[in-house]
Amino acid sequence: MSSKNLDQLYRQVIMDHYKTPRNKGTLDNDSVNIEMNNPTCGDRIQLTLQVEEGIVKDAKFDGEGCSISMASASMMTQAVKGKDVDTALQLSHIFSDMMLGKDYDDTIDLGDIEALQGVSQFPARIKCATLAWKAMEKGVQSEGKS
Amino acid sequence: MMNREIKSYFPILDQEVNGHPLVYLDSAATSQKPVQVIEALKHYYEFDNANVHRGVHTLGNRATDMYEGAREKVRKFINAKSTEEVIFLRGTTTALNLVAQSYGRANVEEGDEIVITYMEHHSNVIPWQQLAKERGAVLKYIELNPDGTISLEQVRAAVTDRTKIVSMMYVSNVLGTMNPIKEVTQIAHEHGAVMVVDGAQAAPHLKIDVQDLDCDFFAFSGHKMCGPTGIGVLYGKKDLLNNMEPIEFGGEMIDFVGLYDSTWKELPWKFEGGTPIIAGAVGLGAAIDFLNEIGLHEIEQHEHKMAAYAMDVMSEIDGLQIYGPTDPQKRAGIVTFNLNDVHPHDVATVLDMSGIAVRAGHHCAQPLMKWLQCTATARASFYVYNDESDIDRLVEGLRSAKEYFSDVF
Repeated sequence: MSSKNLDQLYRQVIMDHYKTPRNKGTLDNDSVNIEMNNPTCGDRIQLTLQVEEGIVKDAKFDGEGCSISMASASMMTQAVKGKDVDTALQLSHIFSDMMLGKDYDDTIDLGDIEALQGVSQFPARIKCATLAWKAMEKGVQSEGKS
Repeated sequence: MMNREIKSYFPILDQEVNGHPLVYLDSAATSQKPVQVIEALKHYYEFDNANVHRGVHTLGNRATDMYEGAREKVRKFINAKSTEEVIFLRGTTTALNLVAQSYGRANVEEGDEIVITYMEHHSNVIPWQQLAKERGAVLKYIELNPDGTISLEQVRAAVTDRTKIVSMMYVSNVLGTMNPIKEVTQIAHEHGAVMVVDGAQAAPHLKIDVQDLDCDFFAFSGHKMCGPTGIGVLYGKKDLLNNMEPIEFGGEMIDFVGLYDSTWKELPWKFEGGTPIIAGAVGLGAAIDFLNEIGLHEIEQHEHKMAAYAMDVMSEIDGLQIYGPTDPQKRAGIVTFNLNDVHPHDVATVLDMSGIAVRAGHHCAQPLMKWLQCTATARASFYVYNDESDIDRLVEGLRSAKEYFSDVF
């Protein structure tokens, strides 16, 4: 098996987030609740966000899916927690560029997220990685409108 | 006959994927195409292409003969009484929608029942959901046995005198289960309901005899049985079809067009609005010739053999769970499984890196996934070109996947 290629996809840090997800669960009452699924494969995510004065104060996710989708969700919550909404959206755009194999803004520290770069080589798995980010975008945007 | 010789007719299988010889185990999604079908399409476009049923010219006549010749091949293939009962459509989904929108709308009233099962493909769920909502009818589900089979007691419990339509898949695209369509049809008829059969996974693998089954409608797709995509068939009993209204209007399907009113052609053309899928039908005809040459009985036996071998060697893998009937004689060449805690997408990716193509996901059967209490599964499906060595490669790949994920965890 081409395990070198696989290692690009399943980096140690990804498997760590999959096995020990950060921010797993749901936030209470006042939070924004977004549910999204990937209709082609049944991956499902529930994301709850607490957004106050333009800052993502807290983020938790729950759901079912493959290692890539769950690890990505875990990393996303870790990355956006404590950031302002604009930065969170900016991260999402950077992530999207990274998935599409485009040059992305590397002046911002991406931390663990960088490990997902290998997913761009596996077109069938890109949707798995972007699901949580799409949910986050939807969440902070709907919060902005209310 | 089921051997490497058959495989050699499929040019696509002779390639490497990710540095390994391709093992294609996703035929339940779509089958590969033999040279006979590819050549038939090529020949049609190179020599005979014209529109049908209108040209006075030679090519028009040739194309018409080929199109209608394909219809006769389909008639024989499913043993319909007449070619009037064979309608060419885009595929199984279109065929089931036609039954729901034409027969269903005209015959299902408020409080009537439509009966389906938990194992149906979405294409045999949603048309009935929509019809039920529109007509105020009740959509009922037949329960499954723990092994994913259907018992006639459960069918009898669900079907009543208020039931107008019973619709069921012949072979499950997830569990491989072969359903007792003939017996279910009898029960449906006892209550005055019509029997609709989703034959998408059956037509490629079993000898179909619509007269023996006595079903009222039978839908299937060409692309799962070595034919091209975009062509499918709805069989319907002549009396029923004669009383049904078309749902697509336009060219080809009309008899006379006035300014404010029009009349329709005879069967089967009144349901084939627009320029028909001529090349698709020609390709399907070639696919039927190909399958007949191997023999449908032989194909069915081969599928059972593949399923038996796969279940046998796969069950030796620790932590591998196989869904559906345990008796391979009760299932077609479809084996759906999960490997420990490894998500099926991850399994499929690792297999793909070894050149092995399997499906992962909910297989367009979310109600069934709910019943199985899982969100996704991996599926290996076999066809005429697969043999034991493909299954050995699968097992080898699954062992590596298991090893890989136990290492990284």
